[in-house]
Amino acid sequence: MRTVSLTVNGVPHELELEPRELLVYVLRDRLGLTGTVVGCDTSSCGACTVLLDGESVKSCTLLGVQADGHAVTTIEGLSADGELHPLQQAFREHHALQCGYCTSGMILAAVSLLAENPRPSEEEIRRGLEGNLCRCTGYQNIVDAIAAVAS
Amino acid sequence: MTAAAEVEVGRIVGAPVERKEDEKLVQGQAQWVDDMRAPGMVYLHVVRSPYAHARLVRVDVSPALAHAGVVAAWSGADLADEWQGSLPCAWLPTEETNAPEHTPLAVEKVRHAGDGVAVVVAESRAAAVDAAELVEVEYEPLPAVVDAEQALEEGAPLVHEQFGTNRCYTWTLEAGEVDRLFAEAEVVVRERYRQNRLIPNAIEPRAVFVTTVPAAGEFTLWSTTQVPHIARVTLSGVTGIPEAKLRVIAPDVGGGFGSKLDVYAEEALALVVARRLGRPVKWTETRSEGYLSTIHGRDQIQEIELAATSEGRITAVRARLTAAMGAYLQLVTPGIPLLGAWLYAGAYDVQAYRFECTGVFTNTVPTDAYRGAGRPEATYAIERAVDALARALGKDPAEVRRLNLIREFPATIASGLTIDSGDYHANLDVALRLCGYDDLRAEQRARRAAGDPKRLGVGLSTYVEMCGLAPSKILGAIRYSAGGWDAATIRCLPTGTVQVLTGTSPHGQGHETSWAQIVAERLGYELEEIEVLHGDTSVVPLGMDTYGSRSLPVGGVAVYLAADRILAKATRLAAHLLGVGESQVEYARGTFSAPEGSLTLKEVALAAWTAHDLPEGMEPGLEATYVYDPPNFSWPAGAHVAVVEVDTETGAVELVRYVAVDDVGTVVNPKIVDGQIQGGLAQGVAQALYEEAIYDEDGNLLTSNMTTYLVPSAAEFPRWELQRTVTPSPTNPLGVKGVGETGTIASPPAVINAVLDALAEDGVREIEMPATPERVWRALQEARR
Repeated sequence: MRTVSLTVNGVPHELELEPRELLVYVLRDRLGLTGTVVGCDTSSCGACTVLLDGESVKSCTLLGVQADGHAVTTIEGLSADGELHPLQQAFREHHALQCGYCTSGMILAAVSLLAENPRPSEEEIRRGLEGNLCRCTGYQNIVDAIAAVAS
Repeated sequence: MTAAAEVEVGRIVGAPVERKEDEKLVQGQAQWVDDMRAPGMVYLHVVRSPYAHARLVRVDVSPALAHAGVVAAWSGADLADEWQGSLPCAWLPTEETNAPEHTPLAVEKVRHAGDGVAVVVAESRAAAVDAAELVEVEYEPLPAVVDAEQALEEGAPLVHEQFGTNRCYTWTLEAGEVDRLFAEAEVVVRERYRQNRLIPNAIEPRAVFVTTVPAAGEFTLWSTTQVPHIARVTLSGVTGIPEAKLRVIAPDVGGGFGSKLDVYAEEALALVVARRLGRPVKWTETRSEGYLSTIHGRDQIQEIELAATSEGRITAVRARLTAAMGAYLQLVTPGIPLLGAWLYAGAYDVQAYRFECTGVFTNTVPTDAYRGAGRPEATYAIERAVDALARALGKDPAEVRRLNLIREFPATIASGLTIDSGDYHANLDVALRLCGYDDLRAEQRARRAAGDPKRLGVGLSTYVEMCGLAPSKILGAIRYSAGGWDAATIRCLPTGTVQVLTGTSPHGQGHETSWAQIVAERLGYELEEIEVLHGDTSVVPLGMDTYGSRSLPVGGVAVYLAADRILAKATRLAAHLLGVGESQVEYARGTFSAPEGSLTLKEVALAAWTAHDLPEGMEPGLEATYVYDPPNFSWPAGAHVAVVEVDTETGAVELVRYVAVDDVGTVVNPKIVDGQIQGGLAQGVAQALYEEAIYDEDGNLLTSNMTTYLVPSAAEFPRWELQRTVTPSPTNPLGVKGVGETGTIASPPAVINAVLDALAEDGVREIEMPATPERVWRALQEARR
């Protein structure tokens, strides 16, 4: 077991972790943050995407111990003071989700995408989302939601 | 009562309102099955066979029992006395269908890679997985068969020896003078297609969570299921837990596409493990595990023949399928090809029809419903064959379609069913106009003339499908075990809000919103005042669940008709309270008016609850249930156009445009309807261009995880260009048809027709799905030889 200090959604935590524990299970099983979900076991689908120091990472590719000293933002930490983040609002307005399982990861990937490139073209949005799979929407409304926030 | 009989489209029904579901989903507040936990919970892990076909010589779980944190471990033999029945197959198409026993764990023989042989139960997920590695299993490998046609050959390895054959069933449907019309035909087109095996890939993997009150014999099963009601009935049969003691809950469910329209071994295993241990049990599959344990789709060989005149008028259709069942029969495995059985003549007016399907066991994961289920296959065959006919006659594929499309509705088709409504020529005209068909053809010619290595291809698909399962009587006639009805209950609560209980079980389709729209429109409530409850057999005891695009045309219509019953009772009570006759009460948007005064429906609901002053004989409360059995299937139809660029140097296909014109009847929520079509299109295009589950000859699944099975991302698709025609269905009072599967049904042939259209002058006549760059390139080399 290793002692790990990390900040999740602004709250500092000190945890005793097995070195093999993936960050996604630390979030889900230890901290009860079930908004981050697991969709695959090959880091393909992006359902588990969170922000690590503001940049999107797949929390199934990261060990909990690797998050030592870092700040993690999950979907639960994205809205502030009861106000939805503009991307959360845009996903609603544009019907950019159906079952909602990929949505947490998709929104956080989009936050990171817009931080890197505030005015992406449609092509850049589509390329930027290559690591996040959605099986319900056919993607167009997700792309439109992100484009709406970007403009 | 003076309320209009038909729904008023406009204020709420028909409006693109935002979904009620989304507020929690965008904030990560859904409750997925894998989120569930309870004190004393243990984790279940299934030990699976690495062999496709092998005799089980020895299964020793004792080494696993010694591992720290392990609570129990059992082999298939150890659990054999738990089963009161086989895992269910609800559709045996013929009386002679070979239906093997299917226990949740294999006992004597494994029949596909991934077949379960033992379970390990531990205090943590990690301990269960670690200890599973210690279970000792001795296999005696047997030759495997993975191809359905090879499985029918003499001497093929037998998946189930007791039948002496791998044939599961043969089912035929014939109408009209098929052979005479073929003998007299001026043109006969014969085609053979392969339906690639697909993995559904709902983004939420399957999971199961069971709690129990041992002394009471009560069990609650949370499952990632589309079918909590069917699961309760059937799992009671498998485990012997009385149906009345078993509650099944589908909480938030992350997509299904048919893969969660099933009753799985792990649901039964979790129940009996909970029964043995008296503790809560959780099982969650990994994605790669799911590829070996969750149903696959398609995997058929199709032979189709068209008899036609030299002008291109199709007179008769013959279709013959060889359909892989996989190793066992899951819930509706044998019935899937039959769901397309009436549709191999597509949207065309033909005189005679023959369909024959042979189901075949192979050493593979069972096939079952995957979005469209039988209808994408039928549509693919006829739409490809019509293009082949056009090519044989040197005619434009749009012209040949126009010549053959059904004109008059309702239309009784050669296969015997009656299509409710439609305007197929309008669909085609709108689609051709939208895509700029003539301009596309001109550009295509220009590119050819210029020797552009990037060919342009245009592909059409003018489809019709049957969905909205279904009239119970017809289901009975084709030997499906359950009914096709669905139920809704509406409760007008005394404080001014409404509960709607629906027997459908959404997992992304937005029923909480659409059903609320129907009730709001009818009863005059605001959307925020309406709560739609679903997916819990104790809250909604009556239901037939969600699959086959049935939810709106069956469950949604039940909601509408339950609202009618609310209005009937409320009108009577309002008249009583206003002191007038019922005929003097006018109802509009939540208010009952008479010359003497008016009452809102909310006031009437309160009066019904206090029950201080009810008409003679009226029961207190304002609640109504309607169980609706549809009189017909629903028949969405449309015309789709795919435009592709094919790089003849690399074989790469790019889908550059996709136009879809669909008639799904009355639209309750256009946002949701468009979303269903867009998502369906993506899955259909994926079948045509990207996805395929590949087994090697020993039965190893080579596309064993998401890095090798190519689920497309946003970067692979163009913008979807959608348009609608609307011919309300005359068979239900809402005028609705199904919409969930149209995109998946219509798009594969549109895309492949486009690819072949692009390469027609290069002499390419056939490319199997998915049309990967390698396949396209090889087809070009072959044609040039």
